[in-house]
This record gives sequence, C-alpha cells and structure tokens, in this order.
Amino acid sequence: MPERLLLTGNHAAAYGAMLSRAEVISAYPITPQTMIVELLSELTASGKLDATFITVESEHSAMAACVGASAAGARTYTATSGQGLALMHEMLHWAVGARLPVVLTNVSRAMAPGWSIWADQTDILSQRDVGWMMLFAESVQEAQDFIIWSYRVAEQVHLPAMVGMDAFILSHTAEPLIVHDQSAVDAYLPKFEPIYALDPEDPRAYGGLVNRDHYFELRYKIFEAMDRAGELLVAAGEEFGEVLGRRYAPLEGYLLDDAEYVIVSAGALTSNVRQAVRDARARGIKVGLLRLVAFRPFPVAAMRRILAGRRKVAVLDRNMGPGHSGIFAAEVRSALFGSSSAPEVFDYVVGLGGRDVRVETILEVLDDLITRDDPEMALFVGVKGLPIGPIRKEAEVLR
Amino acid sequence: MTTGAKYTRQDFQTDQEVRWCPGCGDYTILASVQNFMAEMGVDKEKIVFVSGIGCASRFPYYMNTYGVHAIHGRAPAIASGIAVARPELSVWVVAGDGDAMSIGGNHLIHALRRNINLKILVFNNQIYGLTKGQYSPTSELGKRTKSSPSGSIDFPFNPVSLALGAEATFVARTIDMDRAHTTEILNRAYEHKGSAFVEIYQNCNVFNDKAFIALTGKEERDLNRIPLVHGEKVVFGPDRDRGVIIEGGTARIVSVADVGIDAIHVHDATAASAGPAYALSRLSHGPFGPTPIGVFRSVDRPVYEETLQQQIHDAQAKKGGGDLAALIASAGTWTVA
Ligand code: SF4
Repeated sequence: MPERLLLTGNHAAAYGAMLSRAEVISAYPITPQTMIVELLSELTASGKLDATFITVESEHSAMAACVGASAAGARTYTATSGQGLALMHEMLHWAVGARLPVVLTNVSRAMAPGWSIWADQTDILSQRDVGWMMLFAESVQEAQDFIIWSYRVAEQVHLPAMVGMDAFILSHTAEPLIVHDQSAVDAYLPKFEPIYALDPEDPRAYGGLVNRDHYFELRYKIFEAMDRAGELLVAAGEEFGEVLGRRYAPLEGYLLDDAEYVIVSAGALTSNVRQAVRDARARGIKVGLLRLVAFRPFPVAAMRRILAGRRKVAVLDRNMGPGHSGIFAAEVRSALFGSSSAPEVFDYVVGLGGRDVRVETILEVLDDLITRDDPEMALFVGVKGLPIGPIRKEAEVLR
Repeated sequence: MTTGAKYTRQDFQTDQEVRWCPGCGDYTILASVQNFMAEMGVDKEKIVFVSGIGCASRFPYYMNTYGVHAIHGRAPAIASGIAVARPELSVWVVAGDGDAMSIGGNHLIHALRRNINLKILVFNNQIYGLTKGQYSPTSELGKRTKSSPSGSIDFPFNPVSLALGAEATFVARTIDMDRAHTTEILNRAYEHKGSAFVEIYQNCNVFNDKAFIALTGKEERDLNRIPLVHGEKVVFGPDRDRGVIIEGGTARIVSVADVGIDAIHVHDATAASAGPAYALSRLSHGPFGPTPIGVFRSVDRPVYEETLQQQIHDAQAKKGGGDLAALIASAGTWTVA
C-alpha cells in the first residue's frame, strides 16, 4: 500500500531515489541539499535501501564516481546545488558523452559571489547545453516522482537527467507525500540495462580518442536521443498515471481554455502563479498558466500549439542571462519564432537570490503585462526603488 | 613596515555580528589573530584575508582588513593570485579541514610546494560544521556522523604530515584555547618567508565537542602535549619524564629514565631533511594521545613571487621592456585578401 507522509522536498527526493532502487549514490554535502544525502545515507545504513553510498571530497568527484558506477552498470544517483553543480560541469558533459543515465537532484540556489543560498534557477539553467534532460518540480510529490519518471526515460535513451527543485521554498517545506508502493514502482521502472556494462568477458575501452572521424556522429546521436526523449517523456508520464496514479507531462496548463493572457513559469513559484490566476479570474481577467515541467528536451511543438493565438504571454524568470534576457523567455521566444499566430512574449525577471515572489507580485506583473506595449528584452520586477520595467542606464540606481 | 603599537585589537574588529555558535573555538582564534595583527603592526590596508566555504570561512567578515570570501576549496589559489600580483601585501588564508583538505586539497599542496608568501591557517575541527555534522577528511576512522552512520571508513589525513609531504617550508600546529601559543605560532608564520602552514585544533562544540580534550582537558593536557622547541630535547609530561627518540626514521615515545637523556631527540626545525619533522608528525594521527605541538619545520627556500619577479627583471635587463604592438607587427604576419 502507498504510504502518506508529511515530508520536505529534500526528504521526498531521497525517497524518490530509494523507490527507484538507486544502487550507487555518491555526494558531497552542500546547503540546502545536504538533507537528501543524509537521509539516503541513513536509509542505506539501515538496510532499507540496498545501495552503496560513496562520500567524496567534492562535487566534481561525486559526479565522477557516478560516472564510474553507471559505466559499471549500476543505477546511480546524486544531489547537489548551486556551486556544487557548477563544479560538476566537466563531469556532466562526460555523463552525456558516455551515454550514462545518471539522475541527480539539483536544489537550485543562487550563484556567488554575492554569497546566497536562496532560491534562484540560474545554477541549473547554466547547464542548459550539456545534454542532460531537465525537469522542474513544483511540489514535494514531484520532487520524489520526477526522479522515478526521469530514470524511466533516461535509461531508454541513455542520457542523464536532472530534477530541479527550488531552495528552501521546496527543499525545506513539508507537504503531504504519497510514497508509492515499491512493487508498483518496480512494475513501472524495470531494472537498468546498460548498453555496455563493464564485463571482463566482453572487454571494451571507454572514452577513446575519436578525432574528426567519429566525433560528429557521436554528437548527432546525442541530439537524436534527446529528441526521442521528448516523445518518451510524454508516454512515460501517461504511464506513470496508469501505474502510480499521477499523470505527468512536459507542459501543464491551468485555466488555459479561453485565456487571452498566459503566464509561463517553472518550479515552486508556479504555486503562487496558480493562486494569482484564480484571483485575476475572479476580477474577470482571462488569464491562464502554462507550467514548464520539462525544460530539456524543450516541448517546442506543444508550446507553439498552446500559445498560438493568445494575446500576450508573460514568462517568469527566476534566473537571468545577462546580455540577452531571462533564460526561459529566450527559449519560449525561440520556440514561437516564425509562428504566424505567436503572441508577444514579455519576460519578467523575478525573485533572484530568493527574493519573495508573492501572489501580489504576480498580480502586479499581470497588470503590467496587460498595459505594456513594448516587451523589451527583459523586465525586472522588485529591484529596490524601481517600478517594473527594463534596465535603466542611469548609474544612480544601484548605489 | 612595522611601526610599533599603532593599533589595538579594536582596530581589527568589524561592525559585523559574529555568527558562530556560542562556545565555538573560532571565537578564540579570532581574538588571537586580531590581537596579533595589532602587535604585528602592518598597515591594515596591506593585509588580506582570503577564505573559502565553511564555518572558519566567515573570518574575513570579522577582520577589519581586506577580505575575500571565495569559493569552496579555492582560497589558496585565489590568494596565490593576490600574493603574486601584489607581493607587498600580507596575505592570509583561513580554511577549515573540509575546505583545505577535501575539495581544496589540490590547491593547498601546490601553494605549499611553490612557497608562495601565504600564511595558511587551517582550523581543524575534524568535522563539517557548516553543513551540520558530516565526517571530514580529518575525522577519525569509525567516526559516526550523519554521512557515516555505520562509522567512517575513510583513512584520515594528518594535516602536518600532508604539509610536510607537500614540501612546505613552514609547518606548525597549535590549539585554539592556548592563546599565548597561538600568538607565538602566528608570529613565527608571519616572520617566515614563503608559505606557512598552521594547523589549529579548533573545537566545534556543536558537532564534534571535545575532539581535542586530550590536549585541552585539565587532567589530560600536561600528559599529552609534546612541546616542540627548536634546539631542545623533545620531552613532555608533568614531570618531563617522557621523551621522544627517533630510530630508523621512526619516532617513538619512551621513558627518559629508560633510555637516558642523551638518547632523546633534539628538535631541529631547520634541518635540511624533512624526515625528522615527518617522524614527529607521525607520533599521533589525530589528537587522541600524546601529540606534538609547535613548529615542526621552518626552512628557507626561494619565495615564488620573488623568483618570478627576478625572471621578469632579468629578461627585461637582457631584452629591454618589450613592445607588444611591434611584436605583433613583426615577421610572420600576412594579409588576407
Ligand atoms: S558548527 Fe561548529 S565550527 Fe561551526 S560555528 Fe558552530 S561550533 Fe563553530
């Protein structure tokens, strides 16, 4: 029988790894993720999880250990955050090139300097192009379930996957969690079958020099696999519903049917967007929510279809890409490019470094969206002393 | 540079609220360092504290000097850049055992072997404090923590041995609670030309309390502290009746009466070979019994940034100041039509 517990996002992630029967876990402590690996270490020590737990001296080594373990044929998990994910960067590429379906949870926190451990998605989005699948959890339930969903697809396409969860807002907030029945998860997620497990009977070399003869084709195959992951995510999300009672999809719409205005968001702040959408509807504004659940592979076709013909779109970016715009907005604009009925996309950069994004904040964004004509590249919300708007060139602003 | 008593400890305090747990050994170290800085008399503007991540790494906030709160493990690398670019500065690195020896182990050993003029203070509390109590690279085997519920199976570093192995020219060990000794060691580190490695046993009273009780407890400390004094015989104990001999490269604790005082090792921190210092460092592996305290090694070797400056100077003396634009426009250029 599934169990109903009251747990934090961090502990739910540990349960996700346990239900997925991760066989090797390697990690290094970093706030606000540490609770995940602490619980996994406890679950391993108590025998509840039959896994090998490797503590290492840095995140780079943690991902390296995952790469080794996955190459050896083990289902492998790790968790990190912010600077830790950045330090893993080189090995993140490795996991992709070596086609190893490692799964990690990244508790998104702000990048230093300006040290801050609060929520900000620039850390995970900086890994956009390494070739990992990327899902964004909104709830404690998803912090658990997305790990299982990720393994299901990752092991079919032999690409790694990361699940993003916002620091503190989700990682440290307790919500009711349904811990699925192990046998049901086992039915959904078969045992990991590596393409080439380390096997003395069938020896192979890994990581060889390929030069100009083969590199391009290897990259092509990664691109192709990620493309396939798009369809598989949809199918595996449906199946999740059939077997485990919750249906997941790369995009989630809310009150979209007649919506003229659409707010796009990802991660935990989406819950406040839901409330803001309900409040605005009560005031007669035709607004809906489109939640980005999967960021890689990016659901381009579905997004074009859903957003076609809307009046205006606001993208909430708890991240930024200096020199351009918020990262989600750049992706949404790119997905809509060339579509004749595409609405204009307004990018609202909000809540950097964990600054609160309240329901009222989102209602202000919505008011701004309705009245503003020029979308500019990016509009900043909540910079001290400034109204919502594009960056100002005057120097006095941040002194 | 030294201008006498122009500063007091207050001059080195900041308006920041000190945010370590009440009772943490870091407070005592901070007080010792601030006092020493006042004594040292170097202009505040010429002092830089560089830290990484961890409880110890809050240090720069509390020092009224220049400070960089840098990336986990990278303080020695960032400090190296500062010291090489500005050799006139007094550059101090503050790191915990996790910061210096886990994630930053690589930077630490290379800064030491290069003999860059850095004073590296490692606050060793044998635990990860900031992330709330996981075992560290100096935690003893079998230690039960949240990340090692069945006991640690990682063989720990002996920081002094590590530094000696990394070719450090100055290696010392002191204890947070012993302020007089800490001050003396800080002074020796400051006077040393090149990189100085100072291990400071620091009590984390929240996650690893009493880790150093063998050296700090009223009953135990006289039994267990082996003071290393350059030029003197290594004897210890309340009656100074125990001593250290080194035979075949290995140090051993003996009763002085058994071997006779002449057999007892005479400590020479300036010995050409690091062997005897290394042997002394192996007397304890974690402070659970008799443990040497003091300066293990202090030898002269060219300082990295001075040699580097010399190379630049020599090249300029030979070839002149150089002209980048002229170099680019010199032979081997071509025009793409
Ligand atoms: S956790 Fe330990 S080391 Fe850190 S401030 Fe508290 S007592 Fe000091």
